[in-house]
Amino acid sequence: MEPFPRLRSVAVPFARDNIDTDQILPARFLHLARDADHGACLFRDLRYHADGSEVEDFPLNRPAWRAGRIALGGENFACGSSRENAVWAMHGHGFRAVIAPSFGDIFAQNGLKNGLLPVRLPAETVAMMIAQAEAMPEGEVTVDLEAQTVTAADGTIHPFEVDPFARKCLLEGIDEMSFTLSHHEDIAAFERRLGRENF
Amino acid sequence: MNPEPRTMFEKVWDRHRVLEREDGQTLLYVDRHLLHDGTAPAFEMLKARGQKMRAPGRTFATPDHYMPTDTRIAAEIPDPALREMVLSLERNAAAEGFALYGLDDPRQGIVHVVGPELGLSQPGMIIVCGDSHTSTHGALGALAFGIGMTEVAHVLATQCLWQRKPKTMRIAIEGALGAGVTAKDVILHVIATIGTAGATGHVIEYAGSAVRGLSMEGRLTLCNMTIEAGARAGMVAPDETTFAFLEGRENVPTGAAWDAAVARWRSLASDPGAVFDRFVELDAATIAPTVTWGTSPQEAVAVDSRVPDPAAAPSPGRRAEMEEMLAYMGLSPGQLLAEVAVDRVFIGSCTNGRIEDLRAAAGVARGRQVAEGVTAWVVPGSAQVKRQAEAEGLDRIFREAGFAWREAGCSMCLGTNGEIGRPGERIASTSNRNFRGRQGPGVRTHLMNPAMAAAAAVTGRITDVRRLMEAG
Repeated sequence: MEPFPRLRSVAVPFARDNIDTDQILPARFLHLARDADHGACLFRDLRYHADGSEVEDFPLNRPAWRAGRIALGGENFACGSSRENAVWAMHGHGFRAVIAPSFGDIFAQNGLKNGLLPVRLPAETVAMMIAQAEAMPEGEVTVDLEAQTVTAADGTIHPFEVDPFARKCLLEGIDEMSFTLSHHEDIAAFERRLGRENF
Repeated sequence: MNPEPRTMFEKVWDRHRVLEREDGQTLLYVDRHLLHDGTAPAFEMLKARGQKMRAPGRTFATPDHYMPTDTRIAAEIPDPALREMVLSLERNAAAEGFALYGLDDPRQGIVHVVGPELGLSQPGMIIVCGDSHTSTHGALGALAFGIGMTEVAHVLATQCLWQRKPKTMRIAIEGALGAGVTAKDVILHVIATIGTAGATGHVIEYAGSAVRGLSMEGRLTLCNMTIEAGARAGMVAPDETTFAFLEGRENVPTGAAWDAAVARWRSLASDPGAVFDRFVELDAATIAPTVTWGTSPQEAVAVDSRVPDPAAAPSPGRRAEMEEMLAYMGLSPGQLLAEVAVDRVFIGSCTNGRIEDLRAAAGVARGRQVAEGVTAWVVPGSAQVKRQAEAEGLDRIFREAGFAWREAGCSMCLGTNGEIGRPGERIASTSNRNFRGRQGPGVRTHLMNPAMAAAAAVTGRITDVRRLMEAG
């Protein structure tokens, strides 16, 4: 995983609650290989008409937001399925952070393991940022993982919390599996105990 | 000094703790890793690192997501991409040596139906799978939850998973369920009450007389849809119903080992005085046969209700959300749900594809005919369920009524295998998610219990099954 950069980008607002992973990546694209262009399938049925033409007012089709790397979402963003492909689609499109009041648990976990940072901020802060994005589409937002702050388009600074180990992994490009494999002996000791206890 | 009282969840968690990280995360040991035919990327991740599986004997797989339900022969899958998903699972099983209940195996089926029926899922275990409905297995008193593909690879390599300890919630449902009310209605009612994010960050323990009164199949349905309330997992304390269900199944201990296991399993129940972070109490008598009207499982009401009016919404945002849902669903505020016509009916899925579900649906279908213009499918949750249903003559009842009788698999629940509706079609479905486009682009899904779905099939519209029961 590449180290997580300090992000400065326009923020793309998806201003609704309970956006589910079936919207982010419809199930008919789940068979795509890991290295396929998942980004092209992001929000496929909301972003395009059945004939393939763009839905004009969908955020990803608005000129100012096409290259956005920060997404703004409503409550319970990316609820539903455990499909990591939804994260791959957002990452493949270019997103590196999603700011929302709350997330589907599994999506948030998947994001942290794939270089897509889920940032939880209070609902009123996110609503303010969405309003700013809609009023000033070119306004830029900064996500600083090192400092654990978001700087909104109006310059206000908002701290956020993130799991310390996930933060370290993201900043340094560390792979969690390698870290766990270094604890091989602890796992082996547990397995020996497990065998004795007839779990 | 007496140890502090613990919840069932805490007992299972504590028993599987390998080590703690300084940031408070716990490395948990996984007893059962279940795989389906969508996990090829996880094996690619392992291969890229030159890593082998740590514990193939704890891993069990079956194809369900990508397999069309009109054949059991991989070579007959017309879409090469779907065929490859199924074949890659076979190749990985052969290479790594884990158990595969493949297409030619009489134990094949939906992973969350197969696990319990083969006795792979047992009380006190930690069970994971790359599928959000893994919460199903919590019905047996296991801690079971869905994980993403990177985590699947992590478990394959280490047999462990890092997790932050979730909060706990106890949902007690007291009293007797009314006629025609099933576990599906209970969980839809729970989700409608607490909301689709109502249990985010929590593990739910279901309790109360109504839960204890549910069959094992009913409990599996209840825990299956726990994820739709945002929870990590759902659990039911093991009791005589659990033990009767498990006894004699493949992979379950026998003789003295069985007695020892049951004694251990009994001790899993939450201790008196155990503290939960949240507590919800519901009255079973207030639950009716329930149907969804919107594009989230929380948008559910009693079947004899009217479609809600966005004008009564508590906020402008909620009003806009409701208006958008009604537009997509092709419904009007105040419309009686029980007069909405359906185009298709899907009975099956890991939520409602078990033998009890098929019996309930067959009870409604018996002696009736699928309404003109309606396409109705019954898709058993496993090959074992299919054989049992056929032994009981349920397949004949369905066929004579005009239902298609299919092979086991996920099918129209999420349509990964190409089995989807057409844009604008309305489906009465026993599955778990009514998200926009879930069963195909532009498709409108109404979730309901199996008897209600069968009633919709034979009447051609959403129907209060209690009326049919009265009519005999």
